[in-house]
Amino acid sequence: MAILDVGYMVELLPILLRYLPLTLQMAALGMVLALALACALAVVRVLRIPGLNGATLLFISFFRGTPLLVQLFLFYYGLPQIFSALTQINGITAAIMGLTLHFAAYMAESIRAAIVGVDRSQTEAALAIGMTRGQLMRRIVLPQATRVAVPTLMNYFIDMIKATSLAFTLGVTELMGATQKEAAGSFLYFEAFITVALLYWGIVELLAWLQRRLEARLNEAYQR
Amino acid sequence: MIRVQGLTKRFGDSLVLDAIDLEIQQGEIIVVIGPSGTGKSTLLRCLNFLERPDAGYLEVGELRLDTQKVSRREILALRRCTAFVFQNYALFANKTALENIAEGLIVVNRWPKAKAHARAREILERIGLADKADAYPASLSGGQQQRVGIGRAMAAQAEVILFDEPTSALDPEWVEEVLGLMKQLAAERQTMLVVSHEMGFARDVADRVIFMEGGRIVEQGPPARLFSEPRDPRTREFLRKVLAAQQAAVP
Repeated sequence: MAILDVGYMVELLPILLRYLPLTLQMAALGMVLALALACALAVVRVLRIPGLNGATLLFISFFRGTPLLVQLFLFYYGLPQIFSALTQINGITAAIMGLTLHFAAYMAESIRAAIVGVDRSQTEAALAIGMTRGQLMRRIVLPQATRVAVPTLMNYFIDMIKATSLAFTLGVTELMGATQKEAAGSFLYFEAFITVALLYWGIVELLAWLQRRLEARLNEAYQR
Repeated sequence: MIRVQGLTKRFGDSLVLDAIDLEIQQGEIIVVIGPSGTGKSTLLRCLNFLERPDAGYLEVGELRLDTQKVSRREILALRRCTAFVFQNYALFANKTALENIAEGLIVVNRWPKAKAHARAREILERIGLADKADAYPASLSGGQQQRVGIGRAMAAQAEVILFDEPTSALDPEWVEEVLGLMKQLAAERQTMLVVSHEMGFARDVADRVIFMEGGRIVEQGPPARLFSEPRDPRTREFLRKVLAAQQAAVP
């Protein structure tokens, strides 16, 4: 058994860190867009807006029902053949698009469940004091639904950070793509991939720590 | 003054409110009694459109409306001149006691936050919970939660406060403090329509007791008369059962 080349790993780390911003940018942008889309989808589902409800169900069904990798290939390689306007699409854009739509489908369902889970009698109390539906949502339902949804949404965010590595299959040199290139040059595959694995792991642990702090703050009102 | 005419509500095939007529004078305290499932709560919930009545006319203060052709705006106006106290308190779990009371003033009446909070503090003082201003509902006892619920209703300065079995969900130890607060409001001549099984409260505080059964008002009158000489056999039967049960509960 060969001995682990720790020196190489130490040299590799700063090189890989140069690609971390791109990975995080894709994840952050994907998350913001996915959250916005998921909220819209969830509201359509909760209010059962006629016409849109069916389309929303189909959307969620498709993007939950097919692999993310297939969706990414569809956006990057497939769609430009149908819509010539998309031939300019670059790998980063296609990846963000895919991540957004894929994760929005999952998050819509957990946001919907969180909204529906808010105690109905509070809804009645808000209506009884003369609030409009919009005020009720903004002031009473959404703040409480947020608390319920945050743990699962953070999970999806963690998942999305790791899923950005698939962008490498679209020719994007992000964290995973860079590692692959470095490993191909040095032939030290184990060292390269264990380094990038530890890097992902570290980022996720950092987020998990933030998540615990956020949850503690959101739970303040519910301590007995 | 409040006037209800021909208020009717069906759930599927069953007629829950059968053309109810009712007048409430300003400052009047009315307690509605009757067996469960006879439409008492539904009556209250139709008065602020938490349930949509199928027919009837409502008049609350300046507002008159035909429940069959009522606009969204009229429903909001109706809810703004009535207040509701729920059996299970229904406090906003994400807001402190103070914020629960101030919420309507801020959002519905569009008061500046400082003014609304000042008013909420006055109300907390009156309901004896000044020291709980910053407590969240989860940390309050049932009795305290219901007093905040009543405080929230007081803040609305409504024509009438509708109480839907306000003590039914409470542990016995908290019932007195809630009834005490309601008595205090009654002494201030706050118009109140109370659905309750607390016969003692009805006897001591009500100006008028209404006995409902089968979606109708069977009998009504001052408590002294209604309790001592009920005219309708259904009223007699109900009172006999309830009073026997409540006496049995007293050691």
